[in-house]
Amino acid sequence: MSSGTKLLTLSLAAILALGICLAGCTGTETPDGQAIPNETATETAAPPSGGAVLRIATTTSLYDTGLLDMIEDTYEAETGVDLLISSQGTGKAIELATRCDVDILLVHSPSQEQAFMDAGYGVNHRCIAYNFFQIVGPEADPAGIAGMDPVEGFRVLYEKGTAGEPGVLFVSRGDNSGTHSKEKTLWDMAGYDYETEVQGSGEWYIEAGKGMGETLVLASEKDAYTLTDEGTFLAFQTDLVLTPIIDQGDALLNRYSIIAVNPEQCPSVNIEEANNFIDWIISDEGKGLIGSFGVEDYGKALFTPLYPPECTASPFNCTCAESVSKA
Amino acid sequence: MNEIVQGFIEAIELILSLDPDVIEITVRSLYVSLSATFFASLVALPLGAYIYFNEFRGKRAVINLLQTLYALPTVIVGLAVFLMLSRSGPFGFLGMLFTPQGMIVAQTILIIPLITGLTVSALSGIDREMRYTIISLGSSQLQSIITILREARFAILAAVLLGFGRAIAEVGTVMLIGGNIRGFTRVLTTAIALNTSMGNFSFSIALGIILLGVALVVNVVLNLVQER
Repeated sequence: MSSGTKLLTLSLAAILALGICLAGCTGTETPDGQAIPNETATETAAPPSGGAVLRIATTTSLYDTGLLDMIEDTYEAETGVDLLISSQGTGKAIELATRCDVDILLVHSPSQEQAFMDAGYGVNHRCIAYNFFQIVGPEADPAGIAGMDPVEGFRVLYEKGTAGEPGVLFVSRGDNSGTHSKEKTLWDMAGYDYETEVQGSGEWYIEAGKGMGETLVLASEKDAYTLTDEGTFLAFQTDLVLTPIIDQGDALLNRYSIIAVNPEQCPSVNIEEANNFIDWIISDEGKGLIGSFGVEDYGKALFTPLYPPECTASPFNCTCAESVSKA
Repeated sequence: MNEIVQGFIEAIELILSLDPDVIEITVRSLYVSLSATFFASLVALPLGAYIYFNEFRGKRAVINLLQTLYALPTVIVGLAVFLMLSRSGPFGFLGMLFTPQGMIVAQTILIIPLITGLTVSALSGIDREMRYTIISLGSSQLQSIITILREARFAILAAVLLGFGRAIAEVGTVMLIGGNIRGFTRVLTTAIALNTSMGNFSFSIALGIILLGVALVVNVVLNLVQER
């Protein structure tokens, strides 16, 4: 009998709780929404809007190098501003910025950046650094493209791939990332229309639909060629049987830029802190940090910071030093 | 292969050294998924009992719908909640996108159908012989409901544990809603995804082992509570 009454109380409590929950389930969780970050986050937590919080959307290939973790630590220690960095692929990062969910965009896709700026979503575009993409592949180089100009290399890959030459395979990211958009540009420069001539042109062209690291692993398993950024390749190198085949040429240039979300489009943007961060990252201190990153782990710097007048000239054609808050 | 062995060694090292970053994301994983399991159970257990004990039109359809929703893809739940919580969405003013609270909401929605449906199944499982016995003993309706609930408690606990298991193991919603922000919304599964994409395979395996260890502890604790 006593266990019966216990169960009765329990079920009554459950029904009561259901009532409370139906009445205010989201309501009860929302106040927590403001309260709990103070306990869980180690850094200075502030309300989601306003205050010293800066939301940054970036791409996986940039984040995966570890550069942004280092920048976050340094910047937070210096200024007390809380950087919330989310890396989700170029397409998603840009989508987050157009939806006003972040304050800053850090990407490496000049054509998509230009479209974002032209549509009025961004302000204060600054280029910060560059490195080079690489065409990597099996050491035996079955297509024989080593040492070629990258565009010429792509042309040969296409010709031999579509002709069914054994061992000539190419793995594409196939995910609309910055690296994928660079690949499309290279096919275009080689004289092939991406959608009609390259996609679906045969078994040699493999669309992975994955991140850079997974794409490299796939290429390695299949003994195929692929286009990669240098940082991810260095990070994965020990697990791969691939080597750089072509790593020279202006066409492989990989330019990184920072853009603040336009406060006229998105009133919720913390434009003041966004501008402060942009000014910091284009300062000599910020660029010094970027230029030294990777030396310890890989024996070479992963990024070359951009300084004027180099950045204003071809092939960069961008602004890299003018302060944004004084503009 | 080597990475798996290395992963085990690394997991043991991480646990023994009490690595602060790993502890932090483990605690956050537990906090998010236990909260989601709690809120989901508050809704799902009474709802499941209500569906089982009451006859109404379309009951079969409701149960079919619940069972179909077991297959709800995590990314779809994440995307729907993302569109709700985005600053350009209807609940953007709450500022819950990219917070642990937003992640709790998404996981709660994800596992409510699972726990509700399994509660209905749990009650059905013990029903037939029980109900005859109870009726033959001349119990009142309330008494028989209580007796059936008590008999089904192990199966109901299994439903809750399965809900927790789905929540703590999923990566789709927490990646979209939390954004995998270091020190704020990074949990075990998103850290595993990140480290896999960074090429730290053995570290990913180590985190996976820790996740399983945590799930084991939760299961053992809940079972002990149940047996008392």
